Amino acid sequence: MTTTAPETVDRAALEAVFDAAVAADERIEPRDWMPDAYRTTLIRQIAQHAHSEIIGMQPEANWITRAPSLRRKAILMAKVQDEAGHGLYLYSAAETLGVGRDELLDKLHAGRQRYSSIFNYPTLTWADVGAIGWLVDGAAITNQVPLCRCSYGPYARAMIRVCKEESFHQRQGYELLLALSRGTEAQHAMAQDAVDRWWWPSLMMFGPPDGESPHSAQSMAWKIKRHSNDELRRRFVDICVPQAESLGLTLPDPDLRWNEETGHYDFGPIDWDEFNEVLRGNGPCNEQRLARRREAHEEGAWVREAAAAYAAKHAPAPGPGGGTPHPTPERGTAASGPTEHPEAMA
Amino acid sequence: MTPATTPTTRASAGPVPVPAALALGDDALVLAHRLGEWAGSAPVLEEEVALANIALDLLGQARTLLSLVGDEDELAYLREERAFRNVQLVERPNGDFAHTIARQLYFSAYQYLLYARLAEGDGPFAPLAAKAVKEVAYHLDHAEHWTLRLGDGTPESHERMRRALDALWRYTDELFRPVEGLDGVDPAALREAWTDRVGGTLRQATLELPTGPASDAWTAGGGRQGVHTEPFGRMLAEMQHLHRSHPGASW
Repeated sequence: MTTTAPETVDRAALEAVFDAAVAADERIEPRDWMPDAYRTTLIRQIAQHAHSEIIGMQPEANWITRAPSLRRKAILMAKVQDEAGHGLYLYSAAETLGVGRDELLDKLHAGRQRYSSIFNYPTLTWADVGAIGWLVDGAAITNQVPLCRCSYGPYARAMIRVCKEESFHQRQGYELLLALSRGTEAQHAMAQDAVDRWWWPSLMMFGPPDGESPHSAQSMAWKIKRHSNDELRRRFVDICVPQAESLGLTLPDPDLRWNEETGHYDFGPIDWDEFNEVLRGNGPCNEQRLARRREAHEEGAWVREAAAAYAAKHAPAPGPGGGTPHPTPERGTAASGPTEHPEAMA
Repeated sequence: MTPATTPTTRASAGPVPVPAALALGDDALVLAHRLGEWAGSAPVLEEEVALANIALDLLGQARTLLSLVGDEDELAYLREERAFRNVQLVERPNGDFAHTIARQLYFSAYQYLLYARLAEGDGPFAPLAAKAVKEVAYHLDHAEHWTLRLGDGTPESHERMRRALDALWRYTDELFRPVEGLDGVDPAALREAWTDRVGGTLRQATLELPTGPASDAWTAGGGRQGVHTEPFGRMLAEMQHLHRSHPGASW
């Protein structure tokens, strides 16, 4: 093989090392060599996930000022805060792949990167806060628990922490709905209405059916993704049906029934036209969510500039003949950062 | 002087003075609510976490304090505007980030000194104050750091911070008015230390203590007597509407 250029040999060798590590279920770390497409796929997925966390703060923050008891207010504030924290972990995980938070936020604001479509639905009543916790966070956990074993180390480790907190949120959502379901007639009706509205969009969170999921096969080969969209969706339905019964609420699907043969619940057809419309930007809140995010970012620009200017002024003096002091990120300033759940990153 | 209205819930079971518990509890509750309005709109992700953290600390303090003298939800959700005893400073709308930081600087410096003093005593507020003063030390640290960054950042941030400090200055005098039943602590005695602390931070931030009146002629000291500013009524309307729409319901 003396005719092969050295670069090609190196690349083949590097690829072999990478493939062996993935095959052996070892973690790929930031300094390890990785194929460009692997890096690109991870950046896209982690960024979507991060963006979903920060956009996902909006529908729930919508109820912080109206939470009907101080205990619920505290729980909801803490939950929305956790989402910001998940955003931080995830933007940091993306940063280990060579892309900064500012760049990812610019792409989000420009509409060039996505976030989970579930957040393009409105939170119309207090019960929606419970339905999001129970169903949306429940679906997110089903998607994300396998990501704790994802081949990319920083992402997998971020997901371990995210999943712990998400499962807490899911229990809180369930408990909120239970209180409503067992409450007054009006409260029960509020809970049922929320579940009716959030059930189908939650099933869509697992992404398109396996046959129509463009990136799935490669992501499974790289062990970024561990289970197919349909497999995860079925797992979620199996978990939810008995929980809905315990809640005393019904799921809005007349075709939902236990199938002895498959050992799973059968469920009715999903309206993929609706899914595609929301994905295309025609959901009830697409414009509102992105506009609010851009507005917050633009209104905060002077604050971030001030923090950077202050850090530059107060950076350690450069040595003789030294150049411009490099702004040091400090606590609470606009350094670069991390994100969580788009549709199964199909 | 009798307060305009007194809460309908039971008077303190023990020796906890209701006016003081409501004053401290309402300060914390109202500021927690205002900070909660920032969720999703902070200038940078780290501040989403920080502002929520401060709000959660304050909400925890409010729950403890209100529970000393009644049912926390009855007190938070079923009192009318004139029965709230918080200072007007904490009910001021968030404004821009500079206003939020200026409000926090003025209030946290006061609350820190007040809790530190209460924690030294053996009155009914001492246990809460001893725990909360540690939280408030962080709130003050956060506000001071941002005051430095904004004051000594860019010309725009300096100007915004200056305007915010001026606009809120007239709500500061009220902090030092007497509160009935405050374990013998006279807030007036905190004024000198407060002025030193806030003034020192502002000087370091290339700013100055405002020179305008620290109260206005009509509402001076009004919050503790149940006299509030107009935005407060709308804040309460939003906060209370769901709870009030379902009388007797549990959540």
